[in-house]
Amino acid sequence: MSEHIMSSKFYYTIWIALLCLTGITVAASFIDLGPFNAVVALVIATFKALLVVLFFMHVKYTSEKLTKIVIVSAIFWLFLLLALSMADYATRLWT
Amino acid sequence: MSDSPIAVEQHGPELLHHFADAEQQRDAATLGMWLFLATEIMFFGGMFCAYLIYRFWYYNEFAAGSRSLSIRLGTINTAVLICSSLTVALGVRAAQMGKRKLLVILLLLTIVFGFAFLGIKGVEWYDKYKEHHVPGNSFNVDDLVRDYPQLHIDPRHEQIYFSLYFAMTGLHALHMIIGVGLFVFLTYDAWKGRYTPKYYTPVEIGGLYWHFVDIVWIYLFPLLYLIDQHRLG
Repeated sequence: MSEHIMSSKFYYTIWIALLCLTGITVAASFIDLGPFNAVVALVIATFKALLVVLFFMHVKYTSEKLTKIVIVSAIFWLFLLLALSMADYATRLWT
Repeated sequence: MSDSPIAVEQHGPELLHHFADAEQQRDAATLGMWLFLATEIMFFGGMFCAYLIYRFWYYNEFAAGSRSLSIRLGTINTAVLICSSLTVALGVRAAQMGKRKLLVILLLLTIVFGFAFLGIKGVEWYDKYKEHHVPGNSFNVDDLVRDYPQLHIDPRHEQIYFSLYFAMTGLHALHMIIGVGLFVFLTYDAWKGRYTPKYYTPVEIGGLYWHFVDIVWIYLFPLLYLIDQHRLG
């Protein structure tokens, strides 16, 4: 991974993209989208997180496959935590 | 390794004797950091889970609480953190290329951005303190009850929103403080010239930590500030 040195222009591009996405998510919060306000905000946040993980944290160019397995597993555990918890709390009022 | 005298002679932080080569050592350090970050995801995940459940239960109170935060300051802080992530990424690049002065400058800039974030966060917390929105004996949300009569706010449930707000931003700020501390050490070592294109692992994995803390904020910002601006009633 160290062999892969990106140009500074590339990092500036990612930085601009992150700032633009922040602007878009703030602007979107002023528009009434009903329940989709949360969806739009979280999709944009995930896109920003992806940019940071893949390019700033060099995951896209890492030769080490184990790193990717750890990341995917961590996200899967988080998904289990949130999904199974909500499967309980969100369905308690069902009859 | 005992039958290879060359391996014994190359003994330094850039290649410890139990690694086959520098790349294996670097990969091991990076993997270890990612494992730590996986535990951090679960650490913050518990808080996000609590937030999700209580937002589901006490939606009105969460909407009103979210409305009382400053989107302006939150946006500025998001931009500050993104800028700090840029200086970290450029810093790692400077270390890869062996540019010592540039690395020191970028690490110092990161620390400045870190303090800027914490300062703005402190201003926000102080505003909440003045408004009596800090959970505890002086907690009082009569202002929100008055401003949003259609929401029928229960102050006890409102207190849960602000407890989560302070717990989540507080835990995040604690990580920022630790990050700034780490970067002070990195800056010192960088200034001493201890990082070279062959060995800059501390800069790389310190950077991973910083970017992770940035990502946590990327999610905290919309969840706490942005998503409940409408549907008020």
